[in-house]
Amino acid sequence: MALADKDRIFTNLYGHQPWNLDAARKRGDWDNTKALLEKGRDAIIQEMKDSGLRGRGGAGFPTGMKWSFMPKESRDGRPSFLVINADESEPGSCKDREIIRHDPHKLIEGALVAGFAMGARAAYIYIRGEYIREAETLFAAVAEAYEAGLVGKNASGSGYDFDVFVHRGAGAYICGEETAMIESIEGKKGQPRLKPPFPAGAGLYGCPTTVNNVESIAVAPTILRRGAGWFSSFGRENNRGTKLFQISGHVDRPCVVEEEMSIPFRELIEKHCGGIRGGWDNLLAVIPGGSSVPLVPAAEMIDAPMDFDGLRALGSGLGTAAVIVMDKSTDIVRAISRLSYFYKHESCGQCTPCREGTGWMWRVMERLRVGDASIEEIDMLWNVTKQVEGHTICALGDAAAWPIQGLIRHFRPEIERRIAQRNGGLQEAAE
Amino acid sequence: MADRHLEPDTPELRARWGAFAWTAQNAEKAKEVVARYPEGRQRSAVMPLLDLAQRQVGAETNTQGWLPIPVMEYVATYLDMPIIRVVEVATFYTMYNLVPVGRFHVQVCGTTPCMLRGSDDLIAACHGRGMKAGHVSEDGLWTFTEVECMGNCASAPMVQINDDNYEDLTVERLDKVLDALARGETPKAGTQEPGRHTVEPAGALSNLTAMVSGNHDYRGEW
Repeated sequence: MALADKDRIFTNLYGHQPWNLDAARKRGDWDNTKALLEKGRDAIIQEMKDSGLRGRGGAGFPTGMKWSFMPKESRDGRPSFLVINADESEPGSCKDREIIRHDPHKLIEGALVAGFAMGARAAYIYIRGEYIREAETLFAAVAEAYEAGLVGKNASGSGYDFDVFVHRGAGAYICGEETAMIESIEGKKGQPRLKPPFPAGAGLYGCPTTVNNVESIAVAPTILRRGAGWFSSFGRENNRGTKLFQISGHVDRPCVVEEEMSIPFRELIEKHCGGIRGGWDNLLAVIPGGSSVPLVPAAEMIDAPMDFDGLRALGSGLGTAAVIVMDKSTDIVRAISRLSYFYKHESCGQCTPCREGTGWMWRVMERLRVGDASIEEIDMLWNVTKQVEGHTICALGDAAAWPIQGLIRHFRPEIERRIAQRNGGLQEAAE
Repeated sequence: MADRHLEPDTPELRARWGAFAWTAQNAEKAKEVVARYPEGRQRSAVMPLLDLAQRQVGAETNTQGWLPIPVMEYVATYLDMPIIRVVEVATFYTMYNLVPVGRFHVQVCGTTPCMLRGSDDLIAACHGRGMKAGHVSEDGLWTFTEVECMGNCASAPMVQINDDNYEDLTVERLDKVLDALARGETPKAGTQEPGRHTVEPAGALSNLTAMVSGNHDYRGEW
């Protein structure tokens, strides 16, 4: 398996060429977008469904189906909105940044196509606050698109009016959760809403809203141009298409790369990252989908297919395809404890199990890191993660619980060793 | 949750910031920002306007800027919303500085992907230069914060200083950047790895090689 350059959607991924409209057009963006829209709303949604595209923000919900949940027409005069989630903050994830700063017109064209298909009156692109230069590029690209008549009144000559606005966040991971994002755009603290009502019924300003990840939206125009059959020719059944992988940590050459879904882990690393630092025997574990998914030990990971189902079968997940590689020099307990700190820092404070639990779990993790605990506390920690998981409004509680569960599941002997070593050490000192 | 507190509301603070108002340029900008949101939903503009206000304070104090209470009140009045709703937003989102900061806000990412690539050394180096979390250095230049994942994981470790990222850092490279800033220069932002452009596999481009030399159009090969 090898994805050819001609089948890569994000051809300016590395920014060797300018991002501007002129250059983007020469690469094929905004090429008769009117014709794409003339296919009609139902045909666009059907094509997206047929392509097998699953949402690229982590949960993997089928994109075409999500679009189809939006009301066909407004019965009460409420407009519909598309919200594009560019609040990329999951540790390990760094793909949307590359789309926005190097290929922003793919995103803006995708916003029009998706917005048209779901009958939205405008798109709000919510970009994380820390992407300061990236937001500058995005604002400029949107201005270019307005200037050229591609969006705005009679967008691309289609007769459809569609606005695109950029909203900058200000440093809150939780705003990547769709209802927290909506709250944030409304000018409030980003605290998730209870569902139902789901955003497709009552979202931004109480209007029907769909929230999609940047990558899901940015691939849409190319899928429509090349056809569902082309996109679904990559990857395994139920895991179709191409995907941006982001490889960080202990590889020779960390990078972001677009590859075929289901590519085996070993091939991904060998082909693009120059291998594991110190060789394959030096691989300890991998977090294959961003910090929220459980780690997978080396032996299980090496030949795993990088897709939703393949990684789920290993008790983990594809998430955002942010692959964090850890070699044997890694203090694995600390690596996970640092993620626990992240979730403690980012908990919005709304639900008690998460607000209190994330801090509690981090403090226990810090003691386990140095072995300052008793063996029973490992089980207690496990039980607490189970009490946080599933008992909060949003998935941040789950996301905080899973990495710890993965650690205990696969590295319990290491935790016990540290406890024994410290206790043994203390005994010796006492004698 | 992040541990944050407001600068006390004192007569001195009122005296310094009580007359805060947009500059002519920012007044234009603020109008444009409010226009992004539907009629009657101007409250949506609170985040961009707090950012604008923080930047204006920064320009007036030659720092990254922060949000004194009277400035938040100004934004609340501007958007016709209760001050407490503005304070809620300002305290919730970590990019709003609630206390004064230095000329350069050195934000080192310490989350796992950066940690695996050596962010401990960067943090130690910052401490070694006398930077402390939540403090402004005596020369007024530096404020240090260890921040959570900044989304530069494939070019880790990294630091964000005010509006720019410096990636693929070592202690040596970080020192170079900080020294240049201290001298009033503008060091090159982005990756500090020689020969690397952005987030491609450094030194061994594995794909999209035709894009390096020209704006290749692949459609002919479809």
